[in-house]
Amino acid sequence: MTRTLVLWCPDWPVTAAGFSADEPVAVQFANRVVACSAAARVGGVRRGLRRRQAEARCPGLQLVAHDPDGEARAFEPVVASVEAFCPRVEIVRPGVCAVATRGPSRYFGGDEALAARVTETVADAGGRAGIADGPFAAELAARGGRVIAPGQTPSFLSSFSVDVLERPDLSDLLHRLGIRTLGTFAALPPTSVLARFGADGLRAHRLACGEDERPIAARISPPELDVSAQLDPPVERVETAVFAARGLAHQLCDELSARGLALSCLRVEAETSHGETLVRRWRLEGATPLALAERVRWQLDGWLAGANPHAPTAGLILLRLVPEEVLPDEGRQLGFWGGDRALDDRAARALLHIQGLLGPEAVTTAVPAGGRGPAEQVQLVPWGDALPLLCGSARVIRGQIRKEREMWPGRVPAPSPAVVHGKPIRAEVVDERDRPIAISGRGAPSAEPAKLSIDGEPWTEVVVWAGPWPVDERWWDPGAHRRRARWQVLTADGTAHLLAVEGGRWSVEATYD
Amino acid sequence: MALSQRAVAEGRPGPDFPELKNLARPVSLARERTLPVLPALADLLPEGGLRRGSTVAVSGDAPRASRSEAEARPGATSLALALLAGPSQAGSWCAAVGLPSLGLVAAAEVGIALERFPLVARPGDEWPAVVAALVDAVDVVLVHLPRHVRSSDARRLVAKARDRGAVLVTTGGSKALPADIRLSVLSCAWEGLGHGHGRLRARSMDVVVTGRGAAARERRASLWLPAADGGVEQCLRDPLCMPQQIAQTLG
Repeated sequence: MTRTLVLWCPDWPVTAAGFSADEPVAVQFANRVVACSAAARVGGVRRGLRRRQAEARCPGLQLVAHDPDGEARAFEPVVASVEAFCPRVEIVRPGVCAVATRGPSRYFGGDEALAARVTETVADAGGRAGIADGPFAAELAARGGRVIAPGQTPSFLSSFSVDVLERPDLSDLLHRLGIRTLGTFAALPPTSVLARFGADGLRAHRLACGEDERPIAARISPPELDVSAQLDPPVERVETAVFAARGLAHQLCDELSARGLALSCLRVEAETSHGETLVRRWRLEGATPLALAERVRWQLDGWLAGANPHAPTAGLILLRLVPEEVLPDEGRQLGFWGGDRALDDRAARALLHIQGLLGPEAVTTAVPAGGRGPAEQVQLVPWGDALPLLCGSARVIRGQIRKEREMWPGRVPAPSPAVVHGKPIRAEVVDERDRPIAISGRGAPSAEPAKLSIDGEPWTEVVVWAGPWPVDERWWDPGAHRRRARWQVLTADGTAHLLAVEGGRWSVEATYD
Repeated sequence: MALSQRAVAEGRPGPDFPELKNLARPVSLARERTLPVLPALADLLPEGGLRRGSTVAVSGDAPRASRSEAEARPGATSLALALLAGPSQAGSWCAAVGLPSLGLVAAAEVGIALERFPLVARPGDEWPAVVAALVDAVDVVLVHLPRHVRSSDARRLVAKARDRGAVLVTTGGSKALPADIRLSVLSCAWEGLGHGHGRLRARSMDVVVTGRGAAARERRASLWLPAADGGVEQCLRDPLCMPQQIAQTLG
């Protein structure tokens, strides 16, 4: 077992967004809370809540959008300060990094002294250091800022709930079997665990016993393999470097999978034209080319963008990816009727190519979000940023949209319009005597709509209509408060529109094409 | 699979499993040649699905009507989305190019899997390169054609789609792209909206399909597009056969 120090920054997405733990803040993505501050947690906010549930539980909650790039960028200085103690820092994810303590502990006079020094150095970021045998136990120890003596790890782990294994299906099953703590799980004989819960269950069992996730014999030395790209002219912009890195990530994954290997620790190296060498290690499990490219993007972002005191002084001339640790690729069973996986890879490659052509923002994908209007019910995110959340099947996503709909009284009912104008088009609506239609504060119209003109075009007759459906949104927030009324109208040429009136101005929000 | 196919085709002696043959044969052949579409649209298309390598033009105006913009009827976007829904549900990747104002909630309602539906909203002048890259990798590409399409670009894209076995679905005014199948909206009528009451509930739409080769015979169908739940259903003119919800609204 390797003695490991883990530095854990609680609620890193909140800290990275620039808030302190005393402010009630939640970080949300796709209408779900992904992280929240300590003050928000006291208010009852939990991960996985919907935005409205979170707001209902904790009034005055500030919501910020999830920004993985920003989090990784903000974590780079923290890693740099830990690196002062030990050069081999492995980043597990933004907010968590690990160091093997054998050398540094001896140098600084013991584990306690090392942990205290590291904690002191990263006090600004609110980080806590913990030392135990193995990274899994060390991360748990870091939450309490503890140093577990060598050999004491199994007894330290035994009181934790099985939920900390981060395997929701397994822990759910264990709870129902009456196995609630890691101690009781570890007491089961490994052969029975393997027979009942499979290979992944056995790995969880090894963790619960305080052992390494994989036995030492199963490790293989990484092949002499690295992929690199010479950058000429030197690259100073993140986007350009990222584009090169994506190609490298794909190349590396192809090389490894041809050898039947999967990556578990990656070294990203870069050289600048002033001769500086930048090196970082990322730990990642079961890396796909996309996950790999994302880590590299985060790292390049951390080096090149933002106010980083250790930023390179010149452009990058060389980028190299080296596999530090590999595992035998257990692979994934392809579908019997052909490889859907191959299709996914092919599509991902083409989209990457288009992103290289037009910029990363040009290719988007839609994620269900909460809202009343047709434009608010989905959120467009750049391709590649939303993949972890999109792993559900079509049925799940449709179900999610339907469920979100139930959460939003006053939303525009289904069927939804097939054309949603990104920027609402100006329109005019008048009654039979050509007077503009006004809507009172109580949502009553001054007259019935008779004619509609879109963007200064000739008048068309309104045949049937429904509305106004008044909506008063976010009245508690002066900056975001919106009052509007929606109408559905059908004009004489057979086109149905969704109109909105806001502040006396009419606009076409969407068209039922 | 290939082995069993050959065995079936050659009529090799052995135990005869007629049920098994029936199960196996259509699956393998259909998967090779055509992409499945939603059941309501299957009668419209000559092979009961989208033939791989073909080009489908969807438009709002009638096939042989005058070309003026004012004649264009609404419904083309919904119809194009409905075409994509079948392959998407069957696991194919679809993509949309040049449609910055596509209603994605409507796309999800008609049955498109959003996680396999990347969008390139504004390809600009690079659109032929973008479409060519997508045709390489995804099964169905929905393209909104710009007003002017160079005939060399059009020929190249059609040839590439045929070569890669992808389906190009086009909307927009340009007729430069030679389409194998043309879907046009003949007429459409919304149900459910009254004078100041009700809401849009469903739209009945008459669709006519013309084309070349196997599609030369004109086909017509009436559809509920979107139906009350946002999906597609066949529309039977008899009011008793209307979807229940709509019949209730109309009394």
